[in-house]
Parts: sequence; structure tokens; C-alpha cells
Amino acid sequence: MSEATLDQTTTTNAQPKAARFAVFGTSFLLGLVLPVTAGLLYEAAFRAGLVQARLLPPPSRVFTTLWKLAQSGELTTHVLATTVRVGMGFGLGALVGMLLGALTGASRNARRLLDPTLQALRAIPSLAWVPLFILWLGIFESSKIALIAVGVFFPVYLGVMAAIANVDRKIVEVGRVFRLSRLALVRRVLLPAILPDFIIAIRSGLGLGFMFVVAAEIMGASEGLGYLLVDGQQLGKPDQILAAIIAFAVLGKIGDWLIVVLTKPFLTWQDTHQRGA
Amino acid sequence: MLTIDALCKIYPNGTQALEKISLDVDAGEIVALVGGSGCGKTTLLRMISGLEAPTRGHAALDGEVIDAPHPAVGIVFQEARLLPWLTVAQNIAFGLDHLPKDEQDRRVDEALLRVGLAGYGKRWPRELSGGQAQRVSIVRALVTQPKALLLDEPFSALDALTRESLQDHLLALWETHRPTLVLVTHDVEEAVALADRAIVLQPKPGRIFADIPIDLPRPRDRLSPEFAEAKRLVLKALDGSINQPHSHQAGRVQSPAAGGSF
Ligand SMILES: Nc1ncnc2c1ncn2[C@@H]1O[C@H](COP(=O)(O)OP(=O)(O)OP(=O)(O)O)[C@@H](O)[C@H]1O
Ligand SMILES: [Mg+2]
Repeated sequence: MSEATLDQTTTTNAQPKAARFAVFGTSFLLGLVLPVTAGLLYEAAFRAGLVQARLLPPPSRVFTTLWKLAQSGELTTHVLATTVRVGMGFGLGALVGMLLGALTGASRNARRLLDPTLQALRAIPSLAWVPLFILWLGIFESSKIALIAVGVFFPVYLGVMAAIANVDRKIVEVGRVFRLSRLALVRRVLLPAILPDFIIAIRSGLGLGFMFVVAAEIMGASEGLGYLLVDGQQLGKPDQILAAIIAFAVLGKIGDWLIVVLTKPFLTWQDTHQRGA
Repeated sequence: MLTIDALCKIYPNGTQALEKISLDVDAGEIVALVGGSGCGKTTLLRMISGLEAPTRGHAALDGEVIDAPHPAVGIVFQEARLLPWLTVAQNIAFGLDHLPKDEQDRRVDEALLRVGLAGYGKRWPRELSGGQAQRVSIVRALVTQPKALLLDEPFSALDALTRESLQDHLLALWETHRPTLVLVTHDVEEAVALADRAIVLQPKPGRIFADIPIDLPRPRDRLSPEFAEAKRLVLKALDGSINQPHSHQAGRVQSPAAGGSF
């Protein structure tokens, strides 16, 4: 309560940046130990002539292929195509999922009306839509984006609905006591309350978006990382397949990381057991 | 004036929580509601706050029936219920949205100062102790300057020392605008330290068992014989209310101090 305690707590909170970065660096390096060691061992085995590397090329060859693709500008084209598809499908799916999730979460009547249908649709394996989407929307971009949007929609919808329905009554009552209008209640109480769950929902949505972009691009595309996969298979170039897989991994990780970093400033209030970890 | 008129509450599951509660509380009066667990204290407070509707009867403030949360009626819950995504200052200003920013800041700063939390405005609720959080929650309700403030066991989760200091804080806050206070408490000492009247409730169904005026001058000396006598009277009524739960006879006990307000 005194000034002294106040100061003390403030300084402990402001952990030195360098120290935090060192901790982050260590854990990052630790995570690299396993894949790097495995890669080096395989590379060594290959150089020593111990393995026949026709079907599983060594890391050096995969990275050379990746480098060549990058230099020729092809990689940029493919990455860009995939990113645009995921971006549009994700944007569409997440937006609709968010709106419907908010509606069914906040209104019991809306839930009774919409949720059974949506749950039934969810039971359909999403890839089963592919033929229909192609019939309706053609083989080009629209059908791919639609498929990705469907994949992203469900985790976002479910996450938002559950989060809104589970907001603590006690917190909502605070809003009611201060006589917030319905809209103000959503804006000032419900939305901030569900933010952590919402972020988890869109992260899993983005994960599914990447899953479905592969499916969409495998089913027929002239560019995109999924096209690189198919092309590598047809031409018997496992190094190109692995290069595309690595590019997918990096792209997915960057997308996820962007969500985390962009939303972090809004979550500093959180009181969780792993704060700052 | 706060009027409660023949108020009954039967919950949807059939529990009769309150039966015909009638009570008048003068403007600026401090009333303590005491009674055993489950006798309907929280229920009564929720009806007065407009958070829940009575089955029959009504509560009214200055003649205006309360059927929804009312701008002039504030409530402090047993838990602080601060919004974790707002800073302390933003929490206090939560009900001040209609005021200009500088007026909001002025009231928030003054409130923090009054409860000994100056400099805590930028903290997150998770960085407060239980007692500090409860102080913030009390001033959050008071900065809107309600005519009546309802408090549901606001200090029950705190240790005796903190509780006593928060009781003093509450009285000091009450001094400024003198709102009507309705304070639910388990603690007879708290009732006698703060209230002008102790209302003892009786359970199953909840109704008023005794209405005990406490005419002690403020500031009250907790060690004085008059204080002890008032405590004894309230305790005795409380015992009575718990030991004869099926009597429908509401008792009436005389004021411990002579020359009371009757
Ligand atoms: N939402 C509810 N639905 C059904 N019955 C309820 C509900 N809330 C409370 N009750 C019942 O109403 C009665 C009064 O409850 P209430 O919470 O008002 O008691 P209380 O006096 O505040 O008790 P405590 O001192 O333990 O807080 C109890 O018998 C309780 O079981
Ligand atoms: Mg209670």
C-alpha cells in the first residue's frame, strides 16, 4: 500500500529486456537441437555413401533447390499465390465464423435456429465439398477460396460461440448494473472478455486454412506451394517436394506468429499462470 | 427514501426466498441486513438493485419503482468483480462514460486518493491485493454518486484488520455525499460499527425478524460498553432468528441507547 511497495512491484514487472531476450534465445536454440542434429547426421551418412538418397535427398540438396527456386523468382510467385488464397479464405471464413458465432453465442433463439444446421454441416468432411464447389464456382480461384473459408469457418464459429456463452455472469452483471445498452455490453464487456479465446479460435482457424490450401492446390492449380508439391511428385523431384513443405512450414509459422504478436498488446491484462513464459 | 413494499421472491425452482419484506430506509441512513446463511439477504439486495425482478411487491427509490438497474442505485458485490482488461482507473471510470474526460479523471483521482490508492490508477486488477480490489470496487460504485448504495458482504473475504480499516474507509466515503447504504453482513461487529439500524432476517422463507436501532454517536468506539451492549442485542436477535425458523412472528427489540430515533 505504501509508496515503497508500489515502486518495488513496478521494477520487478519491468524485467530487463536483454535478460528476457536471452531466455527466449535459449529456448529457441533448444528447440532447434533435434531437427538440426538429425539433418546433420543424415547429411553425414549421405556424404559417407551410407544411404541411397534418391527418394530422400539430404538437407543440402533440399536447400539448394529452395535457393534456386528463390533466385529464379518462382518461389515468390508460388508463395504469393498461396498466401493470397489463404489470406482471402481465412478472412472470409473468420469473418463469417465470428459474426455467426457472436450471434449464436449472445442470443439463445439464434442458437436454436442456426446451430443445429451448422453442426450438421460441420459433420460433413470438408473435402467432400470439393466437387460441388468446382461445379458451382469453377476450377479457378473462387472454389479454392471457398474451400479454405469453409475450413476456417468452423473452428472460429465454435470458438466464438462457446466463448460468448461462457462469459462469467458476474462480469456481465457489472455491465447491467451500469446500465449498458446491448451494443455497449457487447463492445465493453463481452468482446474484451472473449478476446483470449477468440485469438485461440482464429489461430486454429488459420491452421486449418493452411491445411485446406494444400488440398485446394493439389486438386488443380498452376501456381502455389501445393502446385510445387504435385509438380515435384509428377516429375520425381523429392527435393522440390521437401522444399515446398519447408516453405509451407515457414509460412504457417509466420502467419501464426503474426496473430500472436499483433494481439499481444491487447492481452497484457491477462492473469494466467504462464505469464511472460 | 428507499421503500420496500411487501416484496416476495419465489425462484423458478420453487424456493421461496423472501416473504413479504417491507422496509423503509431514509435518505442517508445506513442499514445493516444481518441473518443466517440462506435467509435471503443477497436475494433482497438483487431485487433492490433491479438485477432481478420480485415475484410480488416492489422496491422503490423516492417513489419510483425499481424494475431494472437504476442510475441512482449502485451495488458492490461480495467479490470485487473488477473487469480484468481495464486498469484500475478505467475500472473506476466504467460508469462515468457519459461525463467529459477531464471530469472522469478528476473523479477517479479523487476516489483513489480517498481510499489510499493514489498512484495505483495504471495498475491491472491482477496486481492488487484482495482488500485493494474491494476498495476499487466500492469507489467504482460511488463515483457515479448514487443516492443508494447496496453492499453484499463486501468485506467478508478479508482479514479482521483489513476489514476494520475498510469499514472506516466506507464511512469516510459515505460522509461526502451521504448516500443511503444497505449493507449485508455476517459480522455483528460490522453492523454495529457502521449502521443506524440492524435488520435481522429470519430464514425459510426470508422475512424480517427484528429491527434494531443503533443510536451510537460517530465515530464509534468499538471498545465502549454501549457498543458491546448494542452488539449483544443484535446477537441475541440473530440467535432468536436462527433458533425459531418456523415462527411467523416478527420480533421487535428496543434500542440499546436511550433517546433513540423512535
Ligand atoms: N438463483 C437461485 N435459484 C434458486 N434458489 C436460489 C437462487 N439463489 C438463491 N436461492 C435460494 O434462496 C435462498 C436465499 O438465498 P440468498 O443467496 O439470498 O441467501 P443469503 O442470505 O444471501 O445467504 P448467504 O449469507 O449464505 O450469502 C436460499 O435458500 C437459496 O438456496
Ligand atoms: Mg449472500
